[in-house]
Amino acid sequence: MPPDTGKRVLLDASGVRRALRRMASQIAERHPGEGDLALVGIRTNGIYIAQRLAKEIEAIEGLRLETGIIDVTLYRDDISRGRPHPLVKRTEIPFPVDDRKIILVDDVLFTGRTTRAALDALMDFGRPALVELAVLVDRGHRELPIRADYVGLEVSTSRDESVIVRMEEAEGADEVLLVGPGWKGES
Amino acid sequence: MSEVAWQKGWWRKDLLSIKELSREEIQMILDTADSFKEISTRDIKKVPTLRGKTVITLFYEPSTRTRTSFEIAAKRLSADTINISVSTSSVVKGETLLDTALNLQAMEPDIIVLRHSAAGAPDMLARALKASVINAGDGFREHPTQALLDMMTVREKKGSLEGLLLAIVGDIAHSRVARSNIYGFKKMGARVRVVGPGTLIPRGIESLGVEVFHDLREGIRGADVVMALRIQRERLEGAFFPSEREYARFFGLSLDVLREMAPNALIMHPGPMNRGVEITPDVADGPGSVILEQVTNGVAVRMAVLYLLAGGTRGEDLH
Repeated sequence: MPPDTGKRVLLDASGVRRALRRMASQIAERHPGEGDLALVGIRTNGIYIAQRLAKEIEAIEGLRLETGIIDVTLYRDDISRGRPHPLVKRTEIPFPVDDRKIILVDDVLFTGRTTRAALDALMDFGRPALVELAVLVDRGHRELPIRADYVGLEVSTSRDESVIVRMEEAEGADEVLLVGPGWKGES
Repeated sequence: MSEVAWQKGWWRKDLLSIKELSREEIQMILDTADSFKEISTRDIKKVPTLRGKTVITLFYEPSTRTRTSFEIAAKRLSADTINISVSTSSVVKGETLLDTALNLQAMEPDIIVLRHSAAGAPDMLARALKASVINAGDGFREHPTQALLDMMTVREKKGSLEGLLLAIVGDIAHSRVARSNIYGFKKMGARVRVVGPGTLIPRGIESLGVEVFHDLREGIRGADVVMALRIQRERLEGAFFPSEREYARFFGLSLDVLREMAPNALIMHPGPMNRGVEITPDVADGPGSVILEQVTNGVAVRMAVLYLLAGGTRGEDLH
């Protein structure tokens, strides 16, 4: 049987907007009036999602949370396996991490390995008081004991499918797709 | 940032010269170095990336800055480092470079950083060994990581190297730093001049695409970057110019002479400096000087090179 080339839209632009708004209100509910909460996005889509969440939370709480960027490349566990090393980009956490409450933000939670790397990277900056995890999509198949505290959309997938998250900041429009292994992209 | 270079990835086993690198490869190293710079500003100046890798620095010529810089770079990536300098090694008992290297290879290092007085020595090792080889200076030929850190420093200050005018002043003939920088800056779109007395400028250097000047003021007129090279007093005095004092008078960078440069021009020096010979203290410590930033960036560039080489193929699984 040929590989599945299909494509399913999991969230369109308004779906993404609603999911982010819901996550923001959950965060605000759990941390009422906590201006020292900070959002740290995992490169690349996590950055945009963190900034949008900060904006939504500001609309609810009137508080502008600080945001940071983390690049987990140097902490990955699949580096040095006969492939060229991926390009490393900057980590920018412009505030002290010690004793802060921090929410890590990523687009997709899959095996949990990226989250593990991000936690290690974050701990090298200090000792946060608390770390939570917010993801736009949780697609299952965890390989590590990691779970998200805030989830935009939970979806069951098969391991060989891919979840593609497109953000307006990078690609012009918000969209989340589930595609089969044979999917060749849009022509 | 070039997405093309990133997709192509880094496939070289060794870093032997700037001459062999493409513009995209140079860009990839500099972009990576920019990202690595932040690590050295953290409280915990270490990432786990090269855990379990072994880096040997093998130096047949004296060096403090370069060797230390490589060692710090490797340690900040969590690699294990071993330093071998000739005075304490079997070389004094007559072992050849290749034998030394094969013996080291037998202990399975991942990267060997070599400084040697013979041009081409790193290439010979690179062919013979499974480990990656980094040229940390070979004779008068090249010193690629120095040129990379110089390019990084200028790019950081000026945004880009494209269209800049670089003047390299001093002993071009005996300078691997000059040669690597000429190749590098030219590839990145800068114009390069070399300035010095006739005895210290090799014949035919114009074939590398540089302009030659024997008058300092003329040579640095309008330059965006002026790079002073070290006068290797032990090697040169008497034979190539009459005295240090005379050299300082005609080719030393002083505040007075530097009025010829473009406004906001940068002053660079690869170190170690002979204050009062090729550069006066007020210039070395003055506002345009980026000499210590060169040293800071040296660690970032070497981290980038170690990172990229450790991820490259080991030759056998190419294609």
